Amino acid sequence: MSLMSDLNQRAFRRGVPLSVHLDVTYRCNERCEHCYLDHHGDGEMNTAEIKTLLDQLAAAGVFFLTISGGEPLIRPDCFEIIEHARKLRFNVKFKTNAVLIREKQARRLRELNVEQVQISVYSHRAEVHDGISKVPGSLKRTIAGIRLLKSLGLKVTIANVLMKGNLQDAEGVRQLAAEVGAHYTLDPTITPMMNGDTGLLRLRISSGSLRTVFQNSDLVGNVEEFCAPPPPVDEDALEGYPCSAGHTACYVSPRGEVYPCVQFPISCGNIREQEFLDIWQNSPQLLEVRAIRGKHLTTCSSCNHLGTCTRCPGLAYMEGNMRGPSTADCEKSYVRTGIVSAAMLARANSPSLSGLIQIRSNPL
Amino acid sequence: MSEIYISRSTAVAARELGGEMMIMSATDSTLFSLNETAMIIWNAADGQTPLSEIVECKICREFNVQPEEAYRDAQELVQQLAALGILYLSEQPSRETLLEVTQKS
Repeated sequence: MSLMSDLNQRAFRRGVPLSVHLDVTYRCNERCEHCYLDHHGDGEMNTAEIKTLLDQLAAAGVFFLTISGGEPLIRPDCFEIIEHARKLRFNVKFKTNAVLIREKQARRLRELNVEQVQISVYSHRAEVHDGISKVPGSLKRTIAGIRLLKSLGLKVTIANVLMKGNLQDAEGVRQLAAEVGAHYTLDPTITPMMNGDTGLLRLRISSGSLRTVFQNSDLVGNVEEFCAPPPPVDEDALEGYPCSAGHTACYVSPRGEVYPCVQFPISCGNIREQEFLDIWQNSPQLLEVRAIRGKHLTTCSSCNHLGTCTRCPGLAYMEGNMRGPSTADCEKSYVRTGIVSAAMLARANSPSLSGLIQIRSNPL
Repeated sequence: MSEIYISRSTAVAARELGGEMMIMSATDSTLFSLNETAMIIWNAADGQTPLSEIVECKICREFNVQPEEAYRDAQELVQQLAALGILYLSEQPSRETLLEVTQKS
């Protein structure tokens, strides 16, 4: 077992929140067409509140901290926050669109020993990337930022969200990443807005396109392995937990709300009202999420894909039931393997879908 | 013999988990796990306390070992950790710039 797997398992057994994703703002200098955030700065935590939160996260045992947004560099105190996080010895991953990164910002990220910078690039062609970000010239500035970061020795990951509008450019972005020396990841997941609006789902690529992506070894690695039929469902899958959300990971919004994951909009408490550790250990919502095992999933517990599906409990929650299937992941499992999921079979018999629910505030 | 002062690298991430110190290098993302003895030294590496004093006060008392043998082992350990970029070694005291974290459970 690798040290990382061992670390994850020990954190899991001890109930330690090993990883936290912190959005320091929802404000952004881009208006990406697939973005699920509202871009409002209302109720944003101030510097002192975020520093106090970081102190509490460190005390709770958090090791991996992702600082994201919105565009975090919009905050004038962004580097003060990162500096505080690094003084507390977090492993910091920083997510940005890099539009605001100049020599000074790149050097500061290097000096603060940020472990990795993740930057979204939608296309290697300006007309496509800028069309998605809605900011003319953004690709040029983003690439300039990436080159600066790389020239200073920072690790950069280019994250490529696949949509109908940029699907044809995945290979171009992969080649761009190779040329600048960045790691490349792609993600075909488009999520509803945090207020429950499903309009963004129109941007999702079709099943046929997803199949093409899943058959491309440059993008998924070993195709035979990636698309292999699922092994028979065993005891481990039935007794296992869906994902790390709420178990060893969680998300904190700019307004101090704690959620199991950035894609799981069930509020578990607010750090303005409770200490983080109190929320983590005692929130009824987190306790409910933690109690769910494979065997408790409605429909999915009887699905052939149970042990290998990427089922996202947050997306399932947004479809109305955190124990239910996530339609997008059912589709991925089907497209990947050619084997129909239990939820798809059930849906064929009952075509009605429950509506997506809206973000739920924590009752006081 | 000159004294050795040790301080924790500002280039790494670190957190205690279940009695072990997990350390990750920001430069190459290598993950290390320090055992109990190494963790005692890491926690005491404030840049101000000589290694000999750390060994005498923290290691010998904890593990009931002879000071000379413990100091030899500690010297070897801190040199290994310095080579990995986890600790800084100096013949002069230096200032610690990181914040102390008191973990709750």
